[in-house]
Amino acid sequence: MGDGDPAGVAIVHAMASGMGGMRTSGDLVARMQMTRGMKIAEAKKYVANKLGVSLAELTDGAVMWELRRDLKIGVVYSKRGLQKGIEAKHHIAKLLDIEINSVNLFKQRSG
Amino acid sequence: MAKIFTRMGDGWAAELSEAELMKDIEEGSRDASERAKVPPLIADEIKRLFEICKNPLKITGVEKGKEIVLSYDGGTNKIGRLGINTGRLQVLQIYERCFGADTTELSQVDYSYKAVKPVIHEDTPIMEQAQLLMVVPVFYGAMPNLGLYTQPDGPVPNPAELLPKGKIKEAREAYEQAIEHAVRDMVYVASAFYEAGADGINFDTVGASGDPDFKAALLATEILKKKYPTICIEMGMAGEFVLGMHGDLEHNGVRLAGLYPHEQVKVAQKAGVTIFGPAITTSTNRSIPWALARAITFTKACVQAADIPVHGNMGMGVGGLPLCETPPVDAVSMASRAMTEITRLDGL
Repeated sequence: MGDGDPAGVAIVHAMASGMGGMRTSGDLVARMQMTRGMKIAEAKKYVANKLGVSLAELTDGAVMWELRRDLKIGVVYSKRGLQKGIEAKHHIAKLLDIEINSVNLFKQRSG
Repeated sequence: MAKIFTRMGDGWAAELSEAELMKDIEEGSRDASERAKVPPLIADEIKRLFEICKNPLKITGVEKGKEIVLSYDGGTNKIGRLGINTGRLQVLQIYERCFGADTTELSQVDYSYKAVKPVIHEDTPIMEQAQLLMVVPVFYGAMPNLGLYTQPDGPVPNPAELLPKGKIKEAREAYEQAIEHAVRDMVYVASAFYEAGADGINFDTVGASGDPDFKAALLATEILKKKYPTICIEMGMAGEFVLGMHGDLEHNGVRLAGLYPHEQVKVAQKAGVTIFGPAITTSTNRSIPWALARAITFTKACVQAADIPVHGNMGMGVGGLPLCETPPVDAVSMASRAMTEITRLDGL
């Protein structure tokens, strides 16, 4: 989407029809579209199965906050001791069984 | 009978009777159907759109469970444009942590692949840092922008000057040279950002310079997919109809001029595009329900033709959104809901 006025477009779409990003599971579903070319229904089902939640729970902020914390896949708050950035993506790649370009790059460079 | 509050394509408030609202929806759908030769909305879809457009609430949204993925173009240019002095890494974090973004996009202020090339050594480390910092996917995005390759801004003769002189052959040759330059720049820049860790590359506003622009993006996609088989490429279009600025360009045997979204997506997915973004323009002197019915009809046909995810362009002045600086929340949320629920697309 082109969102010149964030409060008028980006935020409104996020509230009206978006998955919720890393507040919920939007980034995970997006990764299945990007890495496997999955359409939305298939991508949601894949992520729900991997997370062990229902389709409805994928966009439930209360459920996903605890689950993301426990699975070490990143939460929106910057909490001490919780995984951030590339650390969280390392766990996402393993959880979803996908390749993440930056994670692979990190492994190459730090190995 | 009470009038229904709605808006015109320029965002200004308007009122319609129920009969006028229904007429606008039917006419908008018919307009798209006749132009693209795709089916108009069926009775149930028109009824659904009518009910959504009639909704008097300030903000509305999709039914729970029907949420979709959001991707963005020009992401890191948007906060600075508001006069807020932030670095691009902070903007990415604002999208990730404040806006509920499912994906984000790093971009450069000129937003053209040609313009990025000379400063790429400064920009790729920002992608590397972004990938250490961010959890949600980070695209790199810019436009093919073939206009930058024509004189006086670029190296090739300007077709806009040649065409009025009747120099059609020369104009076509100039476009073909511009395509070569653009493909080279797009592949160079996209490769550098992919090797810096980008999760995907966005070719945005494709077709802004007509069929040569589309051709350049398709060729660049094919080269990149061959070079990096797992690369994610999102292609967002400039408008619903590919202008025949050259007029005689083909890709894999398909003439590009005149293609509508349901045909564009087939050419794009064959070239290797991962996510396709149809763009349907809003007419400022018709109502938003008219524009929305039109956009939904084009997009629904595109979704049905696609084997890949479709993210509809729904920014200012496209996808049934008003063309104004501060799009009203009632119109945007209404359009967001209607497009998502009726077309069953995969994202915006």
